[in-house]
Amino acid sequence: MTPHPLGPLPAVEAGTLDVLRDRLARAAADAGLADVAYAVVDSPVGPLLVAATEAGLVRVAFEAQGHDAALEDLARAVSPRVIRAPARLDEVRRELDQYFAGRRRQFDLPLDRRLSRGFRGRVQALLPAIPFGRTCSYGELAALAGSPRAVRAVGSACATNPLPIVVPCHRVRRSDGSLGGYAGGLDAKRALLALEGGP
Amino acid sequence: MDAPFDTVVETHGATVLRVCRAVLGVHADADDAWSETFLAALRAWPELPEDANVEAWLVTIAHRKSLDVTRARAARATPVADVPEPPAPEAPPDVWAEVAALPDRQRRAVAYHYLAGLPYADVAAAMGGTPEAARRAAADGVAALRRRLGAGT
Repeated sequence: MTPHPLGPLPAVEAGTLDVLRDRLARAAADAGLADVAYAVVDSPVGPLLVAATEAGLVRVAFEAQGHDAALEDLARAVSPRVIRAPARLDEVRRELDQYFAGRRRQFDLPLDRRLSRGFRGRVQALLPAIPFGRTCSYGELAALAGSPRAVRAVGSACATNPLPIVVPCHRVRRSDGSLGGYAGGLDAKRALLALEGGP
Repeated sequence: MDAPFDTVVETHGATVLRVCRAVLGVHADADDAWSETFLAALRAWPELPEDANVEAWLVTIAHRKSLDVTRARAARATPVADVPEPPAPEAPPDVWAEVAALPDRQRRAVAYHYLAGLPYADVAAAMGGTPEAARRAAADGVAALRRRLGAGT
């Protein structure tokens, strides 16, 4: 078999593509086409996918949840115009870095809560009221939401929180003090609670 | 399409850049054509049917955008002698140069078929003409490349 006529053409250098992708992200933002901008940021609890719309931060996902699956959800629920645009997430990255360095106790970021609907959305909206370094039980949170018997529904509201860490579902535990569940894995929940130095 | 657009850039970005470089040369014009191609694709992405052949669709857009770049280049061309382009990083410059030296339709047919991997029906859909004409243009282009590069011996 004769060699491929274009075989000697070199592969595209990775650095070149990164430059072009950053340029595309800026052009997309200028054209109003970057409906969902995302980046992956390193953290002590593993790489985090962070995604934002024009309105604000819309999704945080742990690696254990599957970053690709999170992007597919966003494409269906918000817009398929999903594009990697690290510069658009600079402020999110900065506040997360400060939080993990112990220099920030609450987040001051615009949030896009469109993925939080119905009862789950109501529960998720209450989570930021639990202060840094404190925890509450699923039952207490159910009472706070006005449905004291809906403990299981509160559990699934925490499990489906689209903005973990920033909206602190890790501060909710079982009434016996055990950890309960966590979408990012129990090690991540333990690490976050240890970072906050609570009881 | 309801898949995240970024996977298109991830999957096809390098191939489309190679196609743009083969058609336009390894310089800023190819980068511009790449950017314009993906920006147009991002705009149209939500309306693209689920069963569309994404690579053929991208090459069709890249074909139009590279024609735009070629026209813009001709419009700003000055009658001084051509300044040679710097070779691509780590590239054997003669291959890019020989591809660049092919007649336009042969160069495009070779790039779309051999670099992007499109069947001749899709090559023809992208650049016009019949699949048979596209096949002939690609075959002529490859024969010329083999001759000049001394490959295939």
